[in-house]
Amino acid sequence: MQTDQIQPELPTDGLEVKQWKTRRKGDLSIWDPSIIRRAIPDSFKKLDPRVQVKNPVMFVVEVGSVVTTIEFVRLLFARPTATLDRTHLNFEIFFVLAVAIWLWFTVVFANFAEAMAEGRGKAQADTLRRARTTTMAKRLACPDRFGKVEAVAAPELRKGDLVLVEAGEVIPGDGDVIEGVASVDESAITGESAPVIRESGGDRSAVTGGTRVLSDWIVVQISANPGETFLDRMIALVEGARRQKTPNEIALNILIAALTIIFLLVVVSLEPFAIYSGQAVSVTTLIALLVCLIPTTIGGLLSAIGIAGMDRMVQRNVLAMSGRAVEAAGDVDVLLLDKTGTITLGNRQATRFVPLRGVEERALAEAAMLASLSDETPEGRSIVALAREKYGFTDAVDPTAMFIPFSATTRMSGVDMHGASNGTSSAHAIRKGAGDSVAAYVAEYGGTTSDELKTIVNGIASAGSTPLVVAEVRSGVNGTDGHAQVLGVIELKDIVKGGMRARFDELRRMGIRTVMITGDNPLTAAAIAREAGVDDFLAQATPETKMKLIKEQQTGGRMVAMTGDGTNDAPALAQADVGVAMNTGTQAAKEAANMVDLDSNPTKLIEVVEVGKQLLISRGALTTFSIANDVAKYFAIIPAAFSITYPQLQALNIMHLTTPNSAVLSAVIFNALIIVALIPLALRGIKYRAIGAGPLLRRNLLIYGIGGIIIPFAGIKAIDLILQLLHLTLG
Amino acid sequence: MPVTLNSVLQVLIFMVIILLLTKPVGLYLYKVFNGERTWLSPVLVPVERFFYRLSGISEEDEQKWTGYMVSVLIFSVVGMLLLYLLERTQQWQRTFFNPQGLPNVEPQLAFNTAASFTTNTNWQSYTGEQTMSYLTQMAGLAFHQFVSAAVGIALAVALVRGLARRSAQHLGSFWVDLVRCTLYILLPVCIVGALVFVSQGMIQNFNAYTVVHTLNGQTQTIAQGPVASMEIIKDLGTNGGGFFNVNAAHPFENPNALTGLLIILCEITLGAGLFYMFGKWVGNTRQGWVLWIVSAILFVIGVFIVIPAEQAGNPLLASAGANQVVNATQSGGNMEGKEVRFGITISSLQEVTTTATSTGTVMSFHDSYTPIGGLVLISNMALGEIIFGGVGAGLYSMLMFAIIGVFIAGLMVGRTPEYLGKKIERKEIMMAVLALLVSPLVILGFSSIAIALPAGQAGLTTGAGNLGPHGLSDILYAFTSTNANNGSAFAGLNGNNPFYNWTLGFAMLIGRFAEVIPLLALGGALVKKRVVPAGLGTFPTTGALWVALLIGVILIVGALTYFPAYSLGPIIEQLFMHAGKVF
Repeated sequence: MQTDQIQPELPTDGLEVKQWKTRRKGDLSIWDPSIIRRAIPDSFKKLDPRVQVKNPVMFVVEVGSVVTTIEFVRLLFARPTATLDRTHLNFEIFFVLAVAIWLWFTVVFANFAEAMAEGRGKAQADTLRRARTTTMAKRLACPDRFGKVEAVAAPELRKGDLVLVEAGEVIPGDGDVIEGVASVDESAITGESAPVIRESGGDRSAVTGGTRVLSDWIVVQISANPGETFLDRMIALVEGARRQKTPNEIALNILIAALTIIFLLVVVSLEPFAIYSGQAVSVTTLIALLVCLIPTTIGGLLSAIGIAGMDRMVQRNVLAMSGRAVEAAGDVDVLLLDKTGTITLGNRQATRFVPLRGVEERALAEAAMLASLSDETPEGRSIVALAREKYGFTDAVDPTAMFIPFSATTRMSGVDMHGASNGTSSAHAIRKGAGDSVAAYVAEYGGTTSDELKTIVNGIASAGSTPLVVAEVRSGVNGTDGHAQVLGVIELKDIVKGGMRARFDELRRMGIRTVMITGDNPLTAAAIAREAGVDDFLAQATPETKMKLIKEQQTGGRMVAMTGDGTNDAPALAQADVGVAMNTGTQAAKEAANMVDLDSNPTKLIEVVEVGKQLLISRGALTTFSIANDVAKYFAIIPAAFSITYPQLQALNIMHLTTPNSAVLSAVIFNALIIVALIPLALRGIKYRAIGAGPLLRRNLLIYGIGGIIIPFAGIKAIDLILQLLHLTLG
Repeated sequence: MPVTLNSVLQVLIFMVIILLLTKPVGLYLYKVFNGERTWLSPVLVPVERFFYRLSGISEEDEQKWTGYMVSVLIFSVVGMLLLYLLERTQQWQRTFFNPQGLPNVEPQLAFNTAASFTTNTNWQSYTGEQTMSYLTQMAGLAFHQFVSAAVGIALAVALVRGLARRSAQHLGSFWVDLVRCTLYILLPVCIVGALVFVSQGMIQNFNAYTVVHTLNGQTQTIAQGPVASMEIIKDLGTNGGGFFNVNAAHPFENPNALTGLLIILCEITLGAGLFYMFGKWVGNTRQGWVLWIVSAILFVIGVFIVIPAEQAGNPLLASAGANQVVNATQSGGNMEGKEVRFGITISSLQEVTTTATSTGTVMSFHDSYTPIGGLVLISNMALGEIIFGGVGAGLYSMLMFAIIGVFIAGLMVGRTPEYLGKKIERKEIMMAVLALLVSPLVILGFSSIAIALPAGQAGLTTGAGNLGPHGLSDILYAFTSTNANNGSAFAGLNGNNPFYNWTLGFAMLIGRFAEVIPLLALGGALVKKRVVPAGLGTFPTTGALWVALLIGVILIVGALTYFPAYSLGPIIEQLFMHAGKVF
């Protein structure tokens, strides 16, 4: 955090000026052939009852498949009876076979959805594994670059070991740089090819095993034992090997298990009613009815949705340490965002020249530009840019100009032309810097400063900007009648990143409040908060006040998300419900957070929230769709099931399905195919729109609720027509 | 046109009266359960304090959900045992309480009746005037009509506290809720109401039955008794257990149209008021009104299926030469089993009300409704007494559906589902679905057992059109009514035999307590939660969208469960009726 003291030309705090864009990793389309090739055998392997029993809905379907298959075998050996001649027996055999096959397909399709979701993760895990090649490490006995080096295999390194990594070598494990500075290629982890700087001390000391040092050398203290490294965790995560059901997923499982029990009761009790009414319903039809009524659509796709949600985070280069965190992201009510680098560009930029009375603005601008021509800091460049933009100055640089860089003692920078400032011939010196330093400088050359300057400086400071005073000293031909005067003030402003206001507006429409965290004084903070359009701000923030703010919000029932990178952010990251650490951050921050953003993009939180919401919406929409489907299936199967006992029930056959057998079969086929049809939706997720909960609910209810009632009517009818075309109506 | 303008106006006036009563009743309920001052306080506060001192109850001593549940169970078990003992010992009551010298009630019937009145069901496998002494009727049955209603309301109040309180532990004190409900709500209304009923000609005496000689020289016994005092609480407490076997179709139990209207209003008013109380309590009366509107819509849909179905008449009666056309002197339509005093509209309105509110008071014969009319009545109960519902039961069952509805569709706004700012997570949904599971388990489970066993089929009265689909309807109706603690019956089933007395008795006990225990646990889980402040992203549980959504969930999750069975009962029967076939 920066202090609230206003300093001119404060060195940039390390965050490059960069418009963040999320790179999508792994351009695998949903139907990538390599994933499908892998998913097909997997979906058959998952038929193992020990796997299926974890999913109550699909387990019931599998048991139904087994029973109908047995029924089919039994019928093969059955003989025609008085009531059932050979033709009808054959119809019955084919009917049972068809139902059995489609029930098996239902299970396989659900498995396929899950395998597809996992497949994408596995493909990514393979890429990551390649980075985990066994390397040899140079272990140091003492933290000295030139100390004795011992060659050991990377897996033998333990926490606390010191290793030397030189240009061209792979960093053997996670750790902190304790000596040296190097550029590191982290593309294996982040996918970003531009190298990053890693140096000892500060917030950029963490290095990840598997990345490569490109230049220079570093001494790394290993911070993770083999098997616990970031890379290992990442592989486990994307593979879904340690996937645990998330709280909401468990709750949803309870609901669909309960619905399964209810419909099991419905179907089991139907048989005594049917026997009382005259004739038992065949086991096959009862099972078909059961499978159609229980929520197979959501039951089959639920785990795929969860895996795909994690995967979408990975695609956005965010590593969620748990599915729980992804889910929590959808619930976030308050976002805490650091001002610097997130809301503002991270650098102050010149926005205005304020000349003193009697000085032309053009003269001030020219002086400011000359003083900054060789100033390579972002502030300096912005001054040049502003002056050129306003007055169209050319690039002409005085060959005699000598640039005086900023120093902490003088707190000024500037330029001397035609010799030295206290030189002999005609000289022209320009200084820019903090008000009091420049005033002292002018006084040294006999100039004075007025109250007017003070007013301007204070005015700019209180508006949240930084005043930079410009003065010049001109000496005569003899260097005697020197003339020193203050020209005016440059206003340096914290520039709010483009498009932030729109994003905050969008967040507000999502129902999320944004709070800006800054070390600035309240006045400055308020000005920037107003400009950026955040809902609230925390000025003069310290780790303690940040923590307090989070706890306050949580006590009020709100879910808090924040980003951070420094070690002092760690407690707050741990306290927040969703803590996203920057990959460039320290090990402590990454440990404390429940997500790591490999792009180190502070605005990524917004996307994280969207992914979380998408995950929940997908679940809700498919649950609603699944339950709404039951209406049509009831009208398809019930009249068919009792076609012999009560032919009058054909009045309920409002879809005019051809025969009882084709009606039941069409419903079962629809039920199986709808799972496949919805796989892309489950994997991609349903788009979240920040239009407020009411309109969003109306929209989704129309599509998945009303649509869920109507679509199966059309679908079952269409399948029945196809069966009719193929002469497969079996009756 | 099967529905007359007269019908529509009657229903409309009825709905307007309920609408007008809802807010004042709800506000009064709110004040009573929050211990606020009401206009009855000067008289009743000392009485209330006296009862607390007598029983060693401290008003401030609140209970967690477990304590509340244990109190409810102890109170109910003890009450049930006392009623059982009273029934089993009535032959030793003195002449004043048992002038007819009625014998002790058979054990299994005594069990069934004790379970029935303890659970607010009032299923009657007996003929009141021939089985129960005056003391049993008043101190046994009517006592339970008061306290079982109070227990129901208390349970709803406890669940509402769970939703309204934040980061708390306690759901209130059952004993205080019980006393306040009885003292401030039920007793005052009943004292006034009984007097109004008496003024309209309802009887209230301890006389022996009157034997009269009829004009054609026969003798007839006219039953007497303290009817008015039981009639009012029977309706107000959504009990339904009548003094006489024919219930409110008896002129002594329902002398005229005014008493008819008051009876229907009593059945529905407290349930409607409780929705308002809920909204007031959680700080947003709209939250209560939306539930009211959901109820009202389902109610009106029911009424306007039944009235046309009955008004259109029965084609079989038409072919038998009955005139079913409405004209100035008759209401027309299917008048089988209906009183000519009340006709189609009032009868239909009353029977939809009685099944929707889990009351069970009848003015006409449910068994004689057209199959579609009967389907509405049975569906009203099968939905789980949510259409205004039994006192308390209506509110807590509706809240259960609200929580399930929020959970299913709430995810679609991209947040973990929350109701009234409380997150619906694993524990909450677990308890809600446990409560949801009870009805299908009891109704479908017991019915399929009954229909599969000879003992069950033996209960169907043969030869009176109670075979085939209608026989199935009879059995389904019996278990639906008892599970929903309604108590009305399709009289084609003879329930007074060991098989049905036991199974129906257990259906009532499970239907009541197996549902409320998870709901109290739900309240216990909710009360600990923090409230998430509502924002733009919050799932809206006020407004038309929520009303539509909740109705959808109720119909698909609540009703679809029973439709496979109904298609073999009322639905096929209706189709047969049009085809001219009877059973």
